[in-house]
Amino acid sequence: MTTLATRRQAAPGGSTPSRPARSGASSVGRPGFAWALPATIFFALFALVPLAAVAVLSFTSWSGLGDPEFVGLENWKTLIADPVMAKSLWLSLLFIVLGVVTQTPLSILLGVWAAGNQRNRAVLSAIYFIPLLLSSAAISVLWRALLDPNFGIPGQLSWLFGDGNLLGSQSGAIGVLIFVGMWQFTPFHTLIYQGAAKGIPNVLYQAASIDGAGMVRQFFSITLPQLRNTAITSIILMVVGGLTTFETVLILTNGGPGTDTTITAFYMYQEAFQSFDFGVGSAIALVLVVVATLISLVVVKVSGYDKMNSSLEGL
Amino acid sequence: MKTRPNYFAGIGSFVWLLIVAIPLYVMLSGTFQTREEFGDNGPLSLPTSFTLQNYVDAITSGFGRYFLNTVVVTVGVVAIVLLLVPPLSYAIVRSQSRAASFVFRFFLLGLAIPAQAVIVPVFYLINTVGLYDNLIGVILPTAAFALPICTLILSGTMRDITGELYEAMAMDGASPARAFFRLVLPLSKGGISTIAVFSALQAWNGFLFPLILTQSESTRVVTLGLFNFQTQYGINIPGLLAAVTLSMVPVLLVYLFARRALVQGLMGAGGK
Repeated sequence: MTTLATRRQAAPGGSTPSRPARSGASSVGRPGFAWALPATIFFALFALVPLAAVAVLSFTSWSGLGDPEFVGLENWKTLIADPVMAKSLWLSLLFIVLGVVTQTPLSILLGVWAAGNQRNRAVLSAIYFIPLLLSSAAISVLWRALLDPNFGIPGQLSWLFGDGNLLGSQSGAIGVLIFVGMWQFTPFHTLIYQGAAKGIPNVLYQAASIDGAGMVRQFFSITLPQLRNTAITSIILMVVGGLTTFETVLILTNGGPGTDTTITAFYMYQEAFQSFDFGVGSAIALVLVVVATLISLVVVKVSGYDKMNSSLEGL
Repeated sequence: MKTRPNYFAGIGSFVWLLIVAIPLYVMLSGTFQTREEFGDNGPLSLPTSFTLQNYVDAITSGFGRYFLNTVVVTVGVVAIVLLLVPPLSYAIVRSQSRAASFVFRFFLLGLAIPAQAVIVPVFYLINTVGLYDNLIGVILPTAAFALPICTLILSGTMRDITGELYEAMAMDGASPARAFFRLVLPLSKGGISTIAVFSALQAWNGFLFPLILTQSESTRVVTLGLFNFQTQYGINIPGLLAAVTLSMVPVLLVYLFARRALVQGLMGAGGK
């Protein structure tokens, strides 16, 4: 530390006479920390302070009125013994896995295809993009209307859907949520794969062609390995997205039938804002934070983005 | 792949097009039919009559008000983002202090904080300062949660400004502030419009903060209006579909004008 500081001070005045001028030049546009301060304080106030507060609140009992009351580990004991909490974690995991498994292959194929130079590609990509613009609320209301057992598509295609009440059974409700997630988010992941696929050097494909590799072989030996880092980013985003899915569950299934689609994020909402048990709600929220933070640490480590110079791959 | 058409993916993309387009078709065609007709013919059939009554119903049941509220929230959020993110990104990209790189990590970590995780304390905070059921109380946390991704996008853009340009400014003895207004802002116009569009989209589509932090009809935003519609309207499917369609009109208009800014920004989110 000291040596570094002295060396820095010594260098300009030392051996190379041109240094002072250059260090003067590059110090232009070296803003002080004050430039970052307003945003940092604002963000801390609404995201980081609450993060600390949620930890404190998880040890309290609070109904939203009056002041929170300290109850020690009570909420945590409740949660550990709560079968719905355990089930919600299992359901969240199931959601995440099914989401990744359905969206990843599809968006890789579509993204690689969209990165090519087919003539109608631009128009099609523009249409694919539309679901991404709609709010989760609008999408959920739309799909609930489309899947209405009496007036929706299943009723019209009863040869395919049976009695048509897809949301009435657990497998049906989970299937619908996974499908709607896919419908909504595949465009986004397609887009990031498209961006990455465009960046793959053409030379690689030319070399492979000369070696006689066919299209399928090229896809597996060049395209997929080159998309590896993008896939990591995309999958992590899917995981965090799946973990925090909320509006879709609230509007499409309201956690049901029974508690069959009550995933953890939705359970937190129910405990806090429907049962007015903010202490337990905070404890569930803390579980969400821990899981999401672990995931983000993995991203930052795996992608090397924290080195601040990555401009090609990773997040 | 780059020289020959990829038939396999081409067919797949056509199938996917149908999956994307059919629901959108049902939505639009449903809005122009009467309830009876929609119920009799089923959602997938071609419309046989034309009515705008569903839109009239949707608008008269409060949607004008919800739109106005959503516009207020969106403008507020974009204003805060545009005020805070450019100086922050500038500091992150150009400052060599340890503090700046620490702040960058802090915002990166912020990317992973789900809004649900902090909603209880935010509710407490907004309540305590007396902003519950007030649109300002929705604007503030929504803007805060838009900061990390916007910072990521804009600092990516600003990093492309070369050192030579700063050195050229140094010849005139420019201060950091002068470099910011004369050099950095003009050269990152693209990134700035991306974050404007992106945060506007997030604010327009926001659901959780309005759900938790507002209560009355007078502060209801469009997404909550849709949610309420569903419970109120129940089986009036064409009416519901008209409300959904209305909610997406402004977004589609913005998309038509700002498609490039948005798509490039999102591509950058993974391609960078």
